[in-house]
Amino acid sequence: MFSKGLAPLAIATVVTLTAAFALVFFYAPLDADQGFVQKIFYIHVPMAIVALGGFVAGGIFGIRHLRSGDAAWDLRSYVAIHLSIILGLGVLVTGAIWAKASWGHYWVWDEPVLVSFLVVFLLYCVYFPLRFAIEDPERQARYSSVFAITAGAFVPLNFTAVRLAEALTHPRVLSQTGGDLPGEMRLTFLVALAGMILLFVTLWKLELTAKHAAMQLKKLRRRRAERREAVPA
Amino acid sequence: MLRAAATILRKDLLLELRTKEAVPAMTLFTITVYVLFHFGLDRNALDGDLASGVLWVTLLLAAVIGVTRLFAAEREQGGIDALLLAPVDRTALFLAKASALFLFLVAVELVAVPAYDLLLLGPGLGGTLPELLVILLLANLGIAAVGALVAALAAETRTRELIVPLLLLPLLLPLLISCAQATEPLMRTDQGPEDLGRWLGLLTLYDVVFVLVSVAVFDFLLED
Repeated sequence: MFSKGLAPLAIATVVTLTAAFALVFFYAPLDADQGFVQKIFYIHVPMAIVALGGFVAGGIFGIRHLRSGDAAWDLRSYVAIHLSIILGLGVLVTGAIWAKASWGHYWVWDEPVLVSFLVVFLLYCVYFPLRFAIEDPERQARYSSVFAITAGAFVPLNFTAVRLAEALTHPRVLSQTGGDLPGEMRLTFLVALAGMILLFVTLWKLELTAKHAAMQLKKLRRRRAERREAVPA
Repeated sequence: MLRAAATILRKDLLLELRTKEAVPAMTLFTITVYVLFHFGLDRNALDGDLASGVLWVTLLLAAVIGVTRLFAAEREQGGIDALLLAPVDRTALFLAKASALFLFLVAVELVAVPAYDLLLLGPGLGGTLPELLVILLLANLGIAAVGALVAALAAETRTRELIVPLLLLPLLLPLLISCAQATEPLMRTDQGPEDLGRWLGLLTLYDVVFVLVSVAVFDFLLED
């Protein structure tokens, strides 16, 4: 059900990511004032964009689940949020490394993007305790979708609030400096972003397939057990 | 729908008046937190950003208690089934619960804010009361909308006492930012230039977004 096109997608991911890393190390020029450390940008920023995109996608799948009542949409939302949390952890770690190298501290509170991302991450971490504290599967799906939608609405609001509250020193990659990136850097960045998106989609489909298969298996086992009980040997 | 909401609200207020569970506990809690801050910060009087931060963190923590108790009566005595069987729109239930929380917060603040002025605040609140009232009312509106939603979300989980603070506090962060920033100039000894408009704008935006989101998704909670 979910596995269609998984193999070509996986191949495309490997090719794009390999190309991205080759570009990062052999093609993109060294940054004039940050040097080699700036290369973490090609992982950190795509990862952050894809993680936030995954959270928002989780909210949209949640809306579709509530509209249609189809449990598959809830599964899509769940897996998207799950993967985004893992990527989010990666964003916080790579961000801290980059911050240490270029600003001298692992954590800088007057960075709106850093702080907003942490808050969003903390909020989404509650998705799991909430989801698994509800036993009834149908209700679990419904409540998780409500959470996904609420949190999805929270993401842009939170970024606005934190940005207004703090000084602006984080590089605004997409809105301002994005236009000034030299051509080689921009190309590398776009390939890295495409690679990260492909990686996310591949993992998402893979996990959906695995979860779906596990559920089918459980259903078959239960049916077999029921049949054995019905017909005593 | 409004009549149904008013009926449920009346029931909740009556229940609170008779049992006195939530509001006294929340109020007592705010005073305790003031004492904690007094010793934790080792300060006798606060002003400026510290004063506004302490006030808002205290009020949000007190709100957590209110939200945890919001569906307590229904849950513990099984009234929720009757409520769900009644031919009432879920939105009415949301309106009632959010209004109850709003009124509880107002009641708590009636004691907690003067007590803060008395116990910890350096500069008096006299001259800036109207501005503070507007901020408090807008904040209560936002807390009530998000709080009723979180209470309903957590009501069906096994670990609701854990879920409520974990879910509510990050969701209220934009509200905390705008309230603390808006209140800060009101609590400075030298009342300097204010940036009230921007923060009130953000606070209003937050309220509008979360009232709409809560009304939209509340129908899907507390079914069956």
